[in-house]
Amino acid sequence: MKAAITGVGSTAFSKESGRSVLSLAREACRAAIDDAGATADDVDGIVSFSVMHDSVPCQAVATALALPELRFAIDADLGGQAPCHLVGLAAMAIETGRARNVLVFRAMNGRSGPRVGTMQFAGMGAQYRYPIGYDAYLMYCAMWARRFLIETGQGVDDLAAVAIAQRAYAERNERAAKRRPLTLRDYLAEPLVVDPFRASDCTVEVDGACALLVTSAEQARDAPHPPAVVASAAYRAGPRSGLDIGDHLLWDDYTRNYTSLLRDELFGRAGVGPDDVQVAEIYDCFSSTVLIGLEGLGICERGTSGGFVRSGATRLDGRLPTNTHGGLLGEGYLHGMNTVTEAALQVQGRAGARQAPRHDVAVVT
Amino acid sequence: MTGDVDLESAPYWAALVEHRLVLQRCGSCSRHRFPPMPSCPWCGTTDTDVVEARGQGTVYSWVTVRRPFGDAWAGEVPYVIAAVELDEGCRVFARVDVDADDVAAGLRLDARYVDHDGWSELRFAPSAP
Repeated sequence: MKAAITGVGSTAFSKESGRSVLSLAREACRAAIDDAGATADDVDGIVSFSVMHDSVPCQAVATALALPELRFAIDADLGGQAPCHLVGLAAMAIETGRARNVLVFRAMNGRSGPRVGTMQFAGMGAQYRYPIGYDAYLMYCAMWARRFLIETGQGVDDLAAVAIAQRAYAERNERAAKRRPLTLRDYLAEPLVVDPFRASDCTVEVDGACALLVTSAEQARDAPHPPAVVASAAYRAGPRSGLDIGDHLLWDDYTRNYTSLLRDELFGRAGVGPDDVQVAEIYDCFSSTVLIGLEGLGICERGTSGGFVRSGATRLDGRLPTNTHGGLLGEGYLHGMNTVTEAALQVQGRAGARQAPRHDVAVVT
Repeated sequence: MTGDVDLESAPYWAALVEHRLVLQRCGSCSRHRFPPMPSCPWCGTTDTDVVEARGQGTVYSWVTVRRPFGDAWAGEVPYVIAAVELDEGCRVFARVDVDADDVAAGLRLDARYVDHDGWSELRFAPSAP
């Protein structure tokens, strides 16, 4: 028995919500329940994640939604790997009968409150980074990006192509934080923040919440919208992944990340290959992770992802529409939860002005 | 600094104050490792030696911080942080005293030590040609 996403919900994204995180979480979860054509009484599971206690526990959301009971709950202390991982765990709970309907959400005052990008993560590896001024997430990803670009023979134009292509989607997305058109000239005129990154290579932090409802394929048949079936999910932490969320001292190869490690399992279980993918939503806290992801997933050969993006292949009329909401770079940093809800909307055929023409198979990281 | 120092890292920080760089080396597979931890991340063995490192290495990757993140760094930018591959085979993150235009992957570096209030920093500079 497969699980499926039947509904998504979100709040507005803003610079300052003026609301509690619990209020945001409740609104997005309530919207996802309604969108799925379900009721609060149907929901028996909630899973979510936070960094340094910047969100609210599942039990608080269950209380605010007046759920009769929870049979399945996870409050994960994780970063951007969490949304897909939690959807996979929700699907597993449903497939094994441990829950019938599971909400997955992320809520944060990520701009007006604690900001993940510059948060001082508690952790054993932190003592080697913060005292020397190596203390923001964009620095860590820039460190990966530099080595990736050198080893794969790519450069600034390839990073720029990602930012430019995704901005074109953001222009079509009413709730996107960055909607002003971006040209290569505009991009190159921006000052370097942490070389090789400029502002347009970085996600834009927002306040808001996103949620989705995972249910059984059987129940999904009665839902008002077509289901987005979870054909496969995979999680991977590679060897020597470090002592904390920002530690990458022991990671051997900065040109490859988790995507190359889980690709065969992910596609294998779904019975498809990288060439069968019709829509891609790739976690993009920074522009470089899209390139690393396209190559890691096997969609592009090593060293060709930048050319792929520059060719227009990731545009709406291209071979593989990618990060169709504008990504975290354009729409805003809902920590990847909005990346998964976008994938669901695409598969369901409900993405409006940014709907990919072919949308039977999507991959999301 | 140095509130984060823990039982694993204390010997490393203490050695830096003496302007020495020490690393852990696995008693079983002989790999050097950093950061300090209770067992070898390659073979899992707890048997560990603490050995002095030569303080030389090469740039694996680097970033140039051009916009300060916090007031403490306003007077420091631009500065270069590198992932330095020590000759012993493990990596450290460190500031490199070098012009940003002169950094490249593979650049040879020598350790130097900068004393701060209550702690000492491992820093690098390009090796003399």
